[in-house]
Amino acid sequence: MKLNNSYCGQNESIFMQEQDKIIEISQTFPMTVSRRKLLGGMVTTAVAITQSANGQTIQKGLTDEDPTKVTGTLAGEIGTRSPFVKSVKKPSDISSRSPLQDFYGFITPSDLHFERHHGGVPLIDPQKHELIIHGLVEKPLKFSLADLKRFPSVSRIAFLECSGNFRTGKETMTPQEIAGLTSQSEWTGVKLATLFREVGVKPSAKWFLAEGGDSAVMTRSIPVAKGWEDAIIAYGQNGEPVRPEQGFPFRLFLPGWEGNTSVKWLRRIELSDEPFMTREETSKYTEAIKDGKIRMFSFDIDARSIITFPSFPQSIEKGWIEIKGLAWSGRGKVLKVEVSTNAGKTWQVANIQEPVLDKAHVRFRYLWKWNGEETEIMSRVTDETGYTQPTFQQLVEARGSEMGGYHLNPITAWQIKKDGRVLLKPENLRA
Amino acid sequence: MKALYLYFGLLINTCFIYFFPTWGKPISQAKQIHADTTLYGFGRAVTQAEIDKIDIDVSPSGKGLPQGKGIATEGKKIFEAKCVACHGIGGTGGVGGVLVTTNDTKIKKKEKTIGNYWPFATTVFDYVRRAMPFNQPGSLSNQEVYHLTAYLLHANGIIDEKKIIDAQTLPKIEMPNHKAFVPDDRTGGSIIR
Ligand code: HEC
Repeated sequence: MKLNNSYCGQNESIFMQEQDKIIEISQTFPMTVSRRKLLGGMVTTAVAITQSANGQTIQKGLTDEDPTKVTGTLAGEIGTRSPFVKSVKKPSDISSRSPLQDFYGFITPSDLHFERHHGGVPLIDPQKHELIIHGLVEKPLKFSLADLKRFPSVSRIAFLECSGNFRTGKETMTPQEIAGLTSQSEWTGVKLATLFREVGVKPSAKWFLAEGGDSAVMTRSIPVAKGWEDAIIAYGQNGEPVRPEQGFPFRLFLPGWEGNTSVKWLRRIELSDEPFMTREETSKYTEAIKDGKIRMFSFDIDARSIITFPSFPQSIEKGWIEIKGLAWSGRGKVLKVEVSTNAGKTWQVANIQEPVLDKAHVRFRYLWKWNGEETEIMSRVTDETGYTQPTFQQLVEARGSEMGGYHLNPITAWQIKKDGRVLLKPENLRA
Repeated sequence: MKALYLYFGLLINTCFIYFFPTWGKPISQAKQIHADTTLYGFGRAVTQAEIDKIDIDVSPSGKGLPQGKGIATEGKKIFEAKCVACHGIGGTGGVGGVLVTTNDTKIKKKEKTIGNYWPFATTVFDYVRRAMPFNQPGSLSNQEVYHLTAYLLHANGIIDEKKIIDAQTLPKIEMPNHKAFVPDDRTGGSIIR
């Protein structure tokens, strides 16, 4: 497709019509020359730009060109990922997993934050959306997004993890497949405690119901103490409005607690003297333990770590290797991460990247010289409560062989093969 | 269950430590934030009518249950029209999952169902009304939800076919698995639980 892109004619908007088609640009030279226009003017048929469905301008193709001999793409409205980077979430019918193996830092890019929802992502017009707080309060109130933004705000970097974040069973699994239902953002909003004061929560209130405005009308009962302690009604994520998949226009955010409790698209909070026993805290998000017992209201995320490099499907070469990974705890700060390069016989303390934040992912690194022999590498984290990440076997011993699928945080071991291949050591292969 | 809430309430009140981060907070402001008792007056009063429009939750006590009553025989008809496509004939399985316990020994891992897992009968009413049918959530009348609740409880062998389900009877139904539920005993520290 050939377009005549005249800057004088103000038809830059042509880009917005295209959906992943290659556009060749040629254009008339501008009447008045500014640096930007001159740059633009030098773009003739040489640059190919594609336009993604959501209006991003993306560099594409022309890989045989010397980039110092052609003008690059113009400044755009939305940043892009290099066409050479394929970093994507891995969706299933009910969730979408973060590519943990692709990340360098401890913040998850917002568009790669894992997704889990029970009735799809709703399209919500913030003008028509309100948060109602009622029940055991002195003064029931409703808040628009604009109202919430008027209150003093807080920001906090913390992880969010689904309590059903554990997969195993075969050697060919990536960190994303094993543990991709955890992500980290800077969340900005108003403290729920501020709103609690505003409505006058009565002393008789012990629980509150958090309810979403999605088609599942998601509900969880939360102890009031957590609301006073550190709950946030978040409208910001990594500096921009919370993304639709994460609860636009605002969500509840409960640091350190299982992701489902951080109800998205929040529309209602009801204060009560009892929990509501909703489906998500009875039929789901409860787990069998020993003696036929079932644990409920198991909110805290226990400490966990995972090596994200080297991991399947990468392979390694003899010599120095920087083992890298993520560690976190829902009960406080990460105290230390240890790495074993001999199948758990001995452990060495890994370096942890500052800052180490409360209830937040940290990155750890450990330098290792691989001699080419077969081995297993693994990591374990200890948090500030003195809790050390268990093995799968320890979890089975503690909870029984019928243990449920929530809150599983075992040590993940990677097998290093002689030829350098890295394979998961799935739980069913262990002694 | 009462004891459970009590125990749980205690646990929370005694175990919570203030973990709110102090990093990045100018020292001079830290005091101000902790002493935050200001009322700002933002937000608007909400009327009871506005609350009632979206206050759809039902508690184990029966609070929130609307008027009306249901019976399994009527619920069966509605289930066959609106639910079988995803939950199978008699609720025994489909893309939406199993709702009814079967004695099928071929099913190795026993599916969790209303009959063998759910601790409260009121949850059936609450959930079906808020989220089902999956493709048309919020479309059922209270009357239909009562019938469907009666049907699902009957199909799971919890009530007999003639039992009337309403705001008085539903909270009183004892669920077979109720006693299995215990509060979280994990506390951090050196013990793996
Ligand atoms: C279009 C498919 C579909 C239809 C039709 C449908 N459901 Fe569902 N149902 C689902 C799905 C999917 C889930 C699981 C949702 C989730 O996990 O968030 C579900 C879950 C449920 C559950 C909870 C099961 C559990 O163990 O937690 C109940 C109860 C239920 N449905 C009842 C009904 C009733 C009653 C109807 C008819 C009025 C109905 N469903 C119609 C798809 C459907």
